Amino acid sequence: MEVFLQQVVSGLATGGIYASLALALVMIYQATDVVNFAQGEMAMFATYLTWSMLNAGVPYWGAFLATLIIAFVGGVLIQRLVIRPVENAPILTIVIVTLGLLVICNSVAGWIWSYVQKPFPSPFPSRPLRLGAIVFGAHDLGEIGVTLLTLLLLFLFFRYTPLGLAMRAAAQNPMSSRLVGIRVSRMLALGWGLAAVFGAVAGMMVAPILTLEPNMMGGIQIYAFAAATLGGFTSPLGAVVGGLLVGIVENLVGTYVSFIGTELKLTVALAMIIVVLLVRPSGLFGRVHVRRV
Amino acid sequence: MSRAARIGLFLAVVGAAGMLPVFLSSFRLFQFTQVCVYAIALMGLNLLTGYNGQISLGHGAFYAVGAYTSAIMMDRWGIAYGWTVPAAGLVCFVAGFLFGRPALRLEGLYLALATFSLALAVPQILKYFEHWTGGSQGIVLSKPQAPWGLRLTEDQWLYLVSLAVTAVMFLFAVNLVRGRVGRAMVAIRDNPVAAQAMGVDLALVKSLTFGVSAAYTGVAGALSAVAIAYVAPDSFNVFLSITFLIGIVIGGLASIWGNLFGALFIQFVPNWAQDISKAAPWAIFGIFLIGFMYVMPDGVAGAVRRLWIRLRSRRVSQKLGDDAVPSEAHPSTPQGHRRTT
Repeated sequence: MEVFLQQVVSGLATGGIYASLALALVMIYQATDVVNFAQGEMAMFATYLTWSMLNAGVPYWGAFLATLIIAFVGGVLIQRLVIRPVENAPILTIVIVTLGLLVICNSVAGWIWSYVQKPFPSPFPSRPLRLGAIVFGAHDLGEIGVTLLTLLLLFLFFRYTPLGLAMRAAAQNPMSSRLVGIRVSRMLALGWGLAAVFGAVAGMMVAPILTLEPNMMGGIQIYAFAAATLGGFTSPLGAVVGGLLVGIVENLVGTYVSFIGTELKLTVALAMIIVVLLVRPSGLFGRVHVRRV
Repeated sequence: MSRAARIGLFLAVVGAAGMLPVFLSSFRLFQFTQVCVYAIALMGLNLLTGYNGQISLGHGAFYAVGAYTSAIMMDRWGIAYGWTVPAAGLVCFVAGFLFGRPALRLEGLYLALATFSLALAVPQILKYFEHWTGGSQGIVLSKPQAPWGLRLTEDQWLYLVSLAVTAVMFLFAVNLVRGRVGRAMVAIRDNPVAAQAMGVDLALVKSLTFGVSAAYTGVAGALSAVAIAYVAPDSFNVFLSITFLIGIVIGGLASIWGNLFGALFIQFVPNWAQDISKAAPWAIFGIFLIGFMYVMPDGVAGAVRRLWIRLRSRRVSQKLGDDAVPSEAHPSTPQGHRRTT
């Protein structure tokens, strides 16, 4: 029983990371119908920037905040400079452009910081916490806390601020939004900026566990895809729930199904994606698309 | 271009390529063997993505299946490579067809997502089935000798074999695309609903295209296993699938001969770029990917096609006077679904 609870809690912790990245994917998809294949790599790049700042002696939370700001600006710039020229192009074009971004982020990070694995500090104490017979890593709990905090801030932003309302409107109905005076393309850029921020949070939370290297986010990205697919690409709540579920399932399957263990974890994510896409393509919370001819 | 001119051009290119063993060193020949292999793989991906509009980011998986099928057959069962290559093609055809059936339910982006995840998971799966695949160590093969006492080195023989296979696959692909099935494929890409209304069997054509595309890539994988004489899981990672995508983008979507350009690009550009820095090849690939989407979305083949049309229409208008300039010939470049608002 203790093992079960422990796995569930660490599943929630990693699930929080998947939820963050999945939320970034869903935010962009909702506004633009585009899946940003480069989200994980952008997150990795932001984490490297944090690492550089920490190396230069900046205290952790200062570097954390600075990275979030830089990530936001970076996301906005990428949307303006790279994505906007091909906004109305066929899907294949945009997929190719985001793949190009992925490849560039990955290789530039490798060029600047080399492919050697680097340790990344965790802001949380390394003493584990005890609750009865269950031991929780402080980092796990800290991760869950950070994820919940960012989600709460995001929820408050979208619900109670005019800018958040404008962004929601632009995503849901661009044409009507333009008619009421909302600058839709500016909202899109903001959306990319926010998504980059979420990716950066995910990256900084996962780097202490996986050690920082350019290919760090590859596996996380496939899990984030699974999470967004499971929850529904059109629903932010779905992305979060999907992320947590994927994290828990991943851990439980890894522990209890012996032939999978740790070697086939990515295959589990792949299987999840395919099963969800076949059984219920719109995911748990997504809107079902009916195409009339 | 007239039919005779086309045939002449084809024979000239194949003939010139066949002369290369006389002039080139062993290593260069090996590189050109890889070019042939990549050209076949790109033809496969182009059939699926360029002509049929199904975005696949996971063709590295079929390449791996082909390579490992060939390697296992040669290593475990001692079958000659002459048989393993078609066998790999057949295995991949079935695999592609089986994958294509559930893929029918996935449109555009979701198919890209599913195949991307497949590509990410392939090295893990290969390492897991250690008993068959040799795990992380991979399988070491030996290069075949030239048969019938021909005085050719192994590299020269392999190059000529690959060239022959490429030529045959090229002809087959051109034939497929110009025929009824090819038109059905393009119709499905441009407007699936209208295609269905016109009587095209969507499910069958899409699955068949997936199968044929996978078969091409499988044959390419098998040939590469023979040529490199080594297969290992980490060479079949997601970047291989992205490399294939780069190849068809550069060469030109919906073009069979453009894949030759794509293959030359993905084989030689990394070599040149590596001299600059270890990370440079991929940065250059990424920049080319994005740049081509802005400037030349239909690739080298498309640019040549447009140039050709412009030259021809100028000649015709000079002959017949300005009233008789024909409109742009029907380009078979993918339209896709234009985004609304």
